Amino acid sequence: MRHAVNFLVGLIFGLGLLISGMANPAKVQNFLDLAGSFDPSLIFVMASALAVTFVGYRLVLRRERPVLAERFYLPSASIIDGRLILGAAMFGVGWGLSGFCPGPAIVSLPLLANGTLIFVPAMLAGIGVARLRMQGKASRADPVAQAE
Amino acid sequence: MTVTEFTPFASSLGGALIGVAAVMLMALNGRIAGISGIVGRLLPPYAGADPVGAACIVLGLIASPLLYQAATGAPVVQTVSDQGGLMAVAGLLVGFGTAAGGGCTSGHGVCGIARLSPRSVVATVTFMATGFATVGLMRHVIGG
Repeated sequence: MRHAVNFLVGLIFGLGLLISGMANPAKVQNFLDLAGSFDPSLIFVMASALAVTFVGYRLVLRRERPVLAERFYLPSASIIDGRLILGAAMFGVGWGLSGFCPGPAIVSLPLLANGTLIFVPAMLAGIGVARLRMQGKASRADPVAQAE
Repeated sequence: MTVTEFTPFASSLGGALIGVAAVMLMALNGRIAGISGIVGRLLPPYAGADPVGAACIVLGLIASPLLYQAATGAPVVQTVSDQGGLMAVAGLLVGFGTAAGGGCTSGHGVCGIARLSPRSVVATVTFMATGFATVGLMRHVIGG
């Protein structure tokens, strides 16, 4: 049941990305191009997703636990450090260069564009390298908090 | 560059679906719908990460364009860069950056801000700023 929910969530999330236009890198890059072919559509994607999630989370997180799991897995990190800012900054550069963030890149896999088939393995490698580095640091210092 | 049409209605509808998926995942399975984190859970170490659950979400994402095309009878319109070197560098930056920064557009930008997490607000402002700067430089300074 839990895994059927997971699959369904992936499916609905992916349809959302496709219908919104966010799975088209050209549209994302035009959103990021304030001085040129600016396409403000993504403001509507973010605002709408945020509004639904904001209200929904308020209702859901009042519960003691989720319906099918023993607890809510909420990120525990609260420190704003160099790693957060540098990581987000690097992500933004890659996002601008390609027009892809992780969700749309995964959704694009079966469409088999050459750029996607290069981007996704590189993204997995980047995640792997970052995790190895963090693990090395965590074994020397305090454990790092889990990702968002 | 490819000119794209302003689509406020489709974009709002798609955004609402993303929100519905995020709320469903939290209500039923208690997890944040951050795709970079979910993809990261496919890779070791697996301590408490529920890799099978993450794989099911990823399979749903991969199935979505097939359902979309079957339902609309039209192919997904998409323009992806063919520049291999650029896409490889961008992929590495997105993967490394989201893993180090603990989230992406969905994890920080939607779920984190909805929880009013200060970390997510800072991360979202930061990746938006470098995203705008990168496209601005690429298209108007270097020329693309």
